Amino acid sequence: MIEAVGLTKRYGDKTAVYNLSFQVRPGSVTGFLGPNGSGKSTTMRMILGLDNPTSGTVTIGGYPYRKLPNAPRQVGALLDAKAVHGGRAARSHLLSLAQLSGIPARRVDEVLRVVGLQDVAKKRSKGFSLGMGQRLGIAAALLGDPQVLLFDEPVNGLDPEGILWVRNLMKALAAEGRTVFVSSHLMSEMALTADHLIVIGRGQLLADMSVTDFISANSADFARVRTPDSEPQLREKLSSALTEAGGHVLPEQDGALRVTGLPLPRISDLAHEADVRLWELSPHQASLEEAYMRMTQGAVDYRSTIDQKAGLQQPLPPGAQPPMPVPGQGQPGWYAPPPPQQAGQPFTAPTPPSGPYGGAPAGAYGAPGAPGAPSAGAPNPYAAPAPQGQPPVAPAQPPAAAPAPAASAPAPADPTQPKDAR
Amino acid sequence: MSTHQPPMPQAPAAAPDWQAAPGGTYSGYSSPIPIVRTHLGHALASEWTKIKSVRSTMWTLGVFILLVVGIGLLAGVAVRSSSSDLSGQNPLSLGFFGLLLGNMCIITLGVLTTASEYGTGMIRTTMTACPSRGRVLAAKAIVFFALAFVVTLAAASFVAMIQASLLEGHGARTPSTGEWLKGTVGVSLYVALLGLLSLLVGSIIRHSAGAITIMIAAVLAPLVIAMFMFASSMEKIRQVLFEYSIPNQMSVFYANSLSDSGPSGWDPLWIMLGVTAAAFAGAYALLQSRDV
Repeated sequence: MIEAVGLTKRYGDKTAVYNLSFQVRPGSVTGFLGPNGSGKSTTMRMILGLDNPTSGTVTIGGYPYRKLPNAPRQVGALLDAKAVHGGRAARSHLLSLAQLSGIPARRVDEVLRVVGLQDVAKKRSKGFSLGMGQRLGIAAALLGDPQVLLFDEPVNGLDPEGILWVRNLMKALAAEGRTVFVSSHLMSEMALTADHLIVIGRGQLLADMSVTDFISANSADFARVRTPDSEPQLREKLSSALTEAGGHVLPEQDGALRVTGLPLPRISDLAHEADVRLWELSPHQASLEEAYMRMTQGAVDYRSTIDQKAGLQQPLPPGAQPPMPVPGQGQPGWYAPPPPQQAGQPFTAPTPPSGPYGGAPAGAYGAPGAPGAPSAGAPNPYAAPAPQGQPPVAPAQPPAAAPAPAASAPAPADPTQPKDAR
Repeated sequence: MSTHQPPMPQAPAAAPDWQAAPGGTYSGYSSPIPIVRTHLGHALASEWTKIKSVRSTMWTLGVFILLVVGIGLLAGVAVRSSSSDLSGQNPLSLGFFGLLLGNMCIITLGVLTTASEYGTGMIRTTMTACPSRGRVLAAKAIVFFALAFVVTLAAASFVAMIQASLLEGHGARTPSTGEWLKGTVGVSLYVALLGLLSLLVGSIIRHSAGAITIMIAAVLAPLVIAMFMFASSMEKIRQVLFEYSIPNQMSVFYANSLSDSGPSGWDPLWIMLGVTAAAFAGAYALLQSRDV
């Protein structure tokens, strides 16, 4: 078990990690997510005693890492696959690590076989590809057969076979009762691998909850509605009808509408009343990626912009239209809004329904106990007939759009910590 | 948590149960590989594996032997073939030039032993595998010092024996036991200590090129600076710089010092020992407190 309490790390006047507290439990894979530069690697280094925290503590099984007896036998880590001496052969590298913690040399050959590098064991790691280097790093982490494993971006550069292998490896390690803490940017991978998530942004904790809770707490499910392409006026008509009924409508790139806040039967009824034909009416469950993007959009430090090539462009020929920017995730309100329960405090862990919506009928909108997937206790909101007293969703929660991310960042980051650490 | 928990979404009810488990007790998984208590011996074995599995060791030591033996033999043959009379000089002193140049190789290897780990990022892997940082530094120092001493001693002794036999009938006096000891063991200890100092500087600077430059400057700069101190008011400083420059200290082991005052006998070894000990203390303190 890994336990961090009030972990803070400052480099000069730059705060990399601020007041981070979390626990990583044995027996499950815990994902560690956050945008680039959010402090994931710094946190991992502090867990491993490489960096000293400015304040706060982090312990593994109750001990700070540097006080652990024979640490590599209790904790294995892949921090950076490049953290090897390129001039040393793979086997010599692992052997030197094994000798450091009194691990028999035959274990080295064993882990080389486990990661599939037995044929290049005598080759210098300088010539390794990214994926091979990653495998060597995983071999080093597995060397001590430890109870706690930390992996920083383990699937970087791996081929599809390798990704599948890592995914199964993580699950197998956790199923053996070990603590597995994995950071990754691949959301689809995390959705498949992790059971629990710890999300940080700008060095602060944004979420610490299970994957299903995370998705339902941060992104409502939506319905995709498509009207006949040939008659755009129908689309406008339906759009206004749905908005009037309290739905939140977002146009999609291909002309479909993304509707939140209304169950499917109600959308169908409204379309029928407005005399609009539908080509598609389908329920969609938000993905982990969407939930993650929605949560972290205010905490992204390094955001790409459209390449304008200002001053380098040929002047457009007269009459030509400049290309339209593709609508997408940069667009205000692109992400589905969170369920109403979290309206005021989107980044805190789910709490029992309380406040103005405490008496709202049926936890149909992803109440904390009810993940997005249909289950006995929480029926799919689109499958159930609409309760009449529904609170309006969209107007109450204008999505934290990002024309000025820096300005909007401190507000959603954490209402209990208004002071921006940077 | 004593029970085996399958991966599943955390039920809120599980939290108190798990929080009640005291830290420090692992029962989730235990390895079949026996866990031993680690000590300096493990770190020594590891560092020995490391130093012998990189090519820079072979390169620097190879060039070192080439320089010491090659220059030593050339000097011996040249002096023998010339008609000049050595008039009672110590024949071992001809080994000085080779070792002076060879120093550079030992300095480079010493710096690389520590600084290359920082350059490649290997240090993070090492310090994760052995969080006791002082033990890693001590193991590196011991392994490197032993290797440097043995190689220097072998090369210096070989050259000394060849020269003693080459120049036997050319007016050179037969060296005494004390001179033999200083000209082989003494100077080898000095060179190995200089290499150890480089290793510690490498650990402090954490940058190969920077540390090598500093060490070569430390060897050469005092002599060069002293050369340009013409003013008589600086005569004293000039004298001190000359006498305590590393080349002059090395020549003391052959009793052909550039000056008559200053260190003599085994003094250079004690000076170098003191400097290295101070550097070790500094490197150790920095290693403990700095982030890796």
